Amino acid sequence: MLITCPYCGPRDVIEFTYQGDGNRERPQPASQDLDAWNAYVYDRLNPAGDHNEIWQHSGGCRAHLRVVRNTLTHEILSTAFARGGHKTESRS
Amino acid sequence: MVERQSPLEPVYHPGSHGNFEHGIDVILSETRPGSILQLAAWPGEEKRLMSGIYKVTGLALPDGAGGGVSNGAKSAFGFAPGKFTVVDEAEGLASAFTGVLTPSIGTLTDLSHGRTAIRIAGPKAEWVLAKFFAIDFALPAFPLGAGRSTNHHDIFAQIQRSSADQFDIYVFRSFARSFWKALCHASEEVGYEVQ
Repeated sequence: MLITCPYCGPRDVIEFTYQGDGNRERPQPASQDLDAWNAYVYDRLNPAGDHNEIWQHSGGCRAHLRVVRNTLTHEILSTAFARGGHKTESRS
Repeated sequence: MVERQSPLEPVYHPGSHGNFEHGIDVILSETRPGSILQLAAWPGEEKRLMSGIYKVTGLALPDGAGGGVSNGAKSAFGFAPGKFTVVDEAEGLASAFTGVLTPSIGTLTDLSHGRTAIRIAGPKAEWVLAKFFAIDFALPAFPLGAGRSTNHHDIFAQIQRSSADQFDIYVFRSFARSFWKALCHASEEVGYEVQ
């Protein structure tokens, strides 16, 4: 599986570290909304298809990336720097 | 200044090695630069940092990911977004940035004692490095002066192409001896000389 880092270009997946589901919305630190915290910690979409994910190019430029990966085919549909804070739109 | 010792010393054997009867296709050496710095710009301050590098070293960094330049004595290349490695044969480069790299632009980390610089040169340098790193070493994909961040079995490496058939590899000092031995083994088949 190749992931195209926006900085380094296409690299083998061995250079990357999976950092979790990219769909999570972290509540404000002071939030006492237990349902929101529960959703943040436990709720996952677990789709069979396109999935928003956070990866880090830990064996390269060490940038955090927003990646859309198809969980059925492992096709990487898009990559972008996570720093912008914008969610990457999935293809479907 | 305290004299810096090489971590490669016990395994650094100048001379010809491996399958060199048919010629030497790779030359390995430790360049031992006096200064190895890592400079990082705050978001949006990249251009100011690059002009600061030009002011101190005279090296005009090209735009674009991994862009770099080398003039023999000094080298600089981008290795991550807004981050640059700057190398000088002479010691004391970090203090030259005082007053140029202000806290509003970014940060400087002096890695002169933390990295070991290994040079691989020769017609088979690309061939040997391709056995270590899953990146494209061909000249169009890895142009002169450019830098790349990658790793070999968890040994993080920054690689700069310093001439058409020559690469400078910066590895953690603590892993340098192990990496050097692996590099020597990988070079045996083409015949190598340690200078």
